[in-house]
Amino acid sequence: MPSDSAFKRLPATPSETVQLWVEGQAVNARRGESVAAAVLAAGLGPTRTTPVSGAPRAPYCMMGICFECLMEIDGRPNTQGCMTPVAEGMQVRFQHGARASQEETA
Amino acid sequence: MSAGLMPGRCDADVAVIGGGLVGLAVALGLQEQGLKVAVVDEGDIALRASRGNFGLVWVQGKGDTCPEYARLSRLSARLWKDYAAELTDATGVDLQLSQIGGLYVCLSDDELAQRADMLSAMRDTLGGDYPFEVLDHTALKAKVPEIGPTVAGATWGPEDGHVNPLLLMRAMVQRFNQRGGLLSTEGPVLKIEPNEGGFRIHTRGQPVAAGKVVLAAGLGNRDLAPQVGLSAPVIPNRGQVLIAERVRHFLDYPTGHVRQTGEGTIQCGDSKEDVGFDPGTTTDVMAAIAARAVRMFPLLEQVKLVRAWGALRVMTPDGYPIYQQSEQHPGAYLVTCHSGVTLAAAHAGPLADWIANDRVHNELALEAFHAQRFSL
Repeated sequence: MPSDSAFKRLPATPSETVQLWVEGQAVNARRGESVAAAVLAAGLGPTRTTPVSGAPRAPYCMMGICFECLMEIDGRPNTQGCMTPVAEGMQVRFQHGARASQEETA
Repeated sequence: MSAGLMPGRCDADVAVIGGGLVGLAVALGLQEQGLKVAVVDEGDIALRASRGNFGLVWVQGKGDTCPEYARLSRLSARLWKDYAAELTDATGVDLQLSQIGGLYVCLSDDELAQRADMLSAMRDTLGGDYPFEVLDHTALKAKVPEIGPTVAGATWGPEDGHVNPLLLMRAMVQRFNQRGGLLSTEGPVLKIEPNEGGFRIHTRGQPVAAGKVVLAAGLGNRDLAPQVGLSAPVIPNRGQVLIAERVRHFLDYPTGHVRQTGEGTIQCGDSKEDVGFDPGTTTDVMAAIAARAVRMFPLLEQVKLVRAWGALRVMTPDGYPIYQQSEQHPGAYLVTCHSGVTLAAAHAGPLADWIANDRVHNELALEAFHAQRFSL
């Protein structure tokens, strides 16, 4: 797990650790955190590239309004990482450009 | 954002009231004729059909009871390519214009048969010169593999297309300013005062004096027209629009109800409601629009909606434009239409030529677009 993140967890009441998978990589997070927070704390990203210019993006507002943190979470594309609590075994994928118009069952 | 108009003198050769797609197209056309033009716009509080519309450059079915309107729509569609190229050259704004044909998708056999009858009748009225095709389900699926299994078919118009109306408006404003146009956005026009040298346009800000005045204020024309001896019996007709998230490109052709923009956004619409000046949205209409879109393209069921809005069409009693000069106050012109996107190229070309030089192109058919048809 990468540890060179600019984001540090504050000391908090000890809580349960859950493990999720980000781009196939195991990431530990605290229960109650958002996917966006877990990804940032793990030093991962950019989490998507934009559909129009292909510019890299990462979670930004962390409160559900900027839509920069869109990721594919458990197979659902364009899901707001900052509005989705982590869960054990969750599969997170970064997005490149626009999402597919239909599920690609490859 | 007033452009420093001087009080007490003639500010422009022509003042255009209304800075939407109609007013700006006319204004740019007048500038092209070498005239000094002022656009007097209401500002961001305006009921702006130009920002709420669907972006179609559309021919098929337009003017089914008015051959002059069918001809004008076709003329404008033909002029659009050069028009867009000029705007893009001058401003660097890509308008995302695509004119590779469009589809009007019909869900049932009845709907398809009615649509085919209407287009056939139009072709007869227009002496056979009216290209379209009727596609059954198989032919439609060959063109658009994503079409839903329960769709009956579609009518195909080879001259149809679409454009990004927001980028169009941005490019028009940019071009107008580049050419030294005077753009005033100081609220609604309070009064048009005809005087010996032309007209004085009063707003909350400084008045604008001009030799000629063009009323292109959409629904606002209703109150403005009588001040210069004209009549604009326009009423609002609401259309609700749904916007879905951007997805990878799957739809090449615009359709009457669903299109995919250059960025991949899905736009769904084509509701029609008579609800006065209420630009809001309602759950039942949004649900109906979404249901039709999903039936047309089942893959949309998995695509999220991100926005919706209502916008008000500017409709005359028969839905066709009014292009008319005032007899009581020559130099005052009324320009109103529903299709500010499709007709933009015609407004910038032949219509502006008429207003600037009194030259009347055949396709402009002023007698057909005179408001006296509503008082006969």
